[in-house]
Amino acid sequence: MTVTTTWYLVLAAVLFSTGSVGLLVRRNPLVMVMCVELMLNAVNLTFVSLGTHLGDLGGQLAVFFVLVVAAAEVVVGLALIVAIMRRRPGATADDLSLLGG
Amino acid sequence: MLDLIWLVPAFPLAGFLVLLAVGRRLGEGRAGWLATGAMAGSFLTTLGVFAALLGRDARDRSSVTTLFEWVPAGDLSVDVGFLADPLSLTMCLFITGVGALIHLYSIGYMHGDDDFSRFFAYMNLFAFSMLVLVLADNLLLTFLGWEGVGACSYLLISFWFSDPANATAGKKAFITNRIGDWGFMVAMFALFFAVGSLEYLEVFETVASGGLVRSTATFVTVMLFVGAVGKSAQFPLYLWLPDAMAGPTPVSALIHAATMVTSGVYLLTRINPLLAEAAGWAPGMIAWVGAATALFAATVAVAQNDIKKVLAYSTVSQLGFMFLAVGCGAYTAAIFHMITHAFFKALLFLGAGSVIHSMDGDQDLRHYGGLRALMPVTGATFIIGWLAIAGVPPFAGFWSKDEILAFAWNEHPALWAVGLVAALLTGFYMTRQVVLTFFGRSRYSDVRPGEDESEGAARAEHQPHESPWTMTVPLVVLAALSAVGGFIQLPFGSGTKWLEHWLAPAMFHNEAHLELGAGTLWLLALVAMATAAAGIGVGIATYLKGRIDPAAFERPILAEAWRLDHIVSDLMGGPGRTSFEITTRFDEQVVDGAVDGMGTAVRSAAGVLRRFQNGLVRTYSTGVAVGAVALLFWFLSRSAL
Repeated sequence: MTVTTTWYLVLAAVLFSTGSVGLLVRRNPLVMVMCVELMLNAVNLTFVSLGTHLGDLGGQLAVFFVLVVAAAEVVVGLALIVAIMRRRPGATADDLSLLGG
Repeated sequence: MLDLIWLVPAFPLAGFLVLLAVGRRLGEGRAGWLATGAMAGSFLTTLGVFAALLGRDARDRSSVTTLFEWVPAGDLSVDVGFLADPLSLTMCLFITGVGALIHLYSIGYMHGDDDFSRFFAYMNLFAFSMLVLVLADNLLLTFLGWEGVGACSYLLISFWFSDPANATAGKKAFITNRIGDWGFMVAMFALFFAVGSLEYLEVFETVASGGLVRSTATFVTVMLFVGAVGKSAQFPLYLWLPDAMAGPTPVSALIHAATMVTSGVYLLTRINPLLAEAAGWAPGMIAWVGAATALFAATVAVAQNDIKKVLAYSTVSQLGFMFLAVGCGAYTAAIFHMITHAFFKALLFLGAGSVIHSMDGDQDLRHYGGLRALMPVTGATFIIGWLAIAGVPPFAGFWSKDEILAFAWNEHPALWAVGLVAALLTGFYMTRQVVLTFFGRSRYSDVRPGEDESEGAARAEHQPHESPWTMTVPLVVLAALSAVGGFIQLPFGSGTKWLEHWLAPAMFHNEAHLELGAGTLWLLALVAMATAAAGIGVGIATYLKGRIDPAAFERPILAEAWRLDHIVSDLMGGPGRTSFEITTRFDEQVVDGAVDGMGTAVRSAAGVLRRFQNGLVRTYSTGVAVGAVALLFWFLSRSAL
């Protein structure tokens, strides 16, 4: 049984779905950020696998971009979470609805 | 010298600005003298310009000095430019001359007032606006001065604004004038639409070359006449002028007698080419409105007991004579009467102010009497003013009024008859005023109804006294001018009509010509003299000799000015108010309703949309997820086809 590109794509789809469901059902901001990371990396996986499959370096190139952006996003996101947790210990994402109309 | 014309309005403007900035710190003496000095400087400059213009050839006596471009807006280009010609210079001469005298007088009259410098600041601002009005070389700049004098009139009528009556009088003047201003503005719009320029000389050129159709000329003339009716207190917009006497007396003399109220006459004289182009009924209407006003106001003046009210109605009446002259095409006669009227009416008002000053603010004729002995200078000068306005030769008023009546006869004998009756009443009510004030028994210490003995006795201790020299010097100068002012235009042949020759370049041959023989003119003059004598005689018989009961003339309906004020109040307070309220309701419900409706609609739509922004990250991410899936399905369904 050879591991084909399809396997990777299926794994990526599973990871992406896990991440998105996690984002929708969890309320802990930290876990939500982790879910977002999971979704990003599922997409990275599709890039790499399809890039290899089609023999195109562009897929792997895109992954670097995503990694850099994700790193920056995590820095900002974690900083926000730390700041929020200091002010309101134990806050969930649902508590942070000050911008609601 | 001619290009220094801008200095004429610049002096009072500078005076106003200085007084506005540091007036309070200057103290009474310096503030008053500064303002008077500014007027005197302006007068001397006018004299210089006058001499320069006189030195020129008669055909060349018109010069425009443009200072800067004021309104550059597409086709409309309006400059701040001053037109120096015989007409504007004549106006400037008596505005600055009489103005300077009244400023000097005010130093004495306003002595001790808390707002001394404010008064002089307004007076200088008024002089500036008035000079801009007459010197402007286009209608828009004239309108600026027109509104400026209106604003100053409002400020000065309600100068002692702590009394609600004065503030109300100021508002009345302002609002009544707005009706006239509306006519002025409509005329400007129409003229710009038809000619494409508001400059007098350009408009006149267009008219001369036949570039303006008769109906437009008529419309513009009538609308400018509406403006003039408001500003010059003609029937039916005269209502504000008697109330305007609430201001200090020098204000009444300068603004509401000598200068501002004559600006309507000036305007109509200035646009005489338009008036000549207009349909024949327009000048006829002007003449009849003038004659009717002259008669109407003269009847009211007969029964007034307030010394200033008599003079106010008298001013309305004399302005009616000027409009009568303009309507008959006798522009020179109108300007002539304006000049002589400025002299004797300023004199009468200042004399009345002097009397009021010495009577501690009492303005009731019934409380005066016998003041000639106590106030010799005021009395003597007032009597000269009386003879001048009543039309006794050789005083100034006789010559100008006689000329107007001759032109009225030339136009239509009915106009002449109305004017003659008004002249008769003028002689009568002025005699009544002079006799009640200066002759007969002194009544200032009499016990008045509703008083006890001690109050009359208390007044007897403070005898009325002559005013200080700052007040009497202007009286003497104006009395001299009232006596000899008529000699600038004598009806003995063409050689003695100096004013007519001087003004001719500004009249563009639109002046009416008398088609009367010398015999008729002499006869008319004799009738005018006899009329004046009759008016004076009846006045003396009634008030000095007591042969006729004054109640025969002083009818209550006259004292109430034919109840017109009440009728207007009832009309405006009753049906007028209802219609205003309907308009307000329309505004609130339809106009505001449309605007508010837009707001309400946006609000309710936003209320629906607002639900989607609940601040919950999970809701947003659900939206993103659902949207992404929907897009995916869409793409897939398309690629499947």
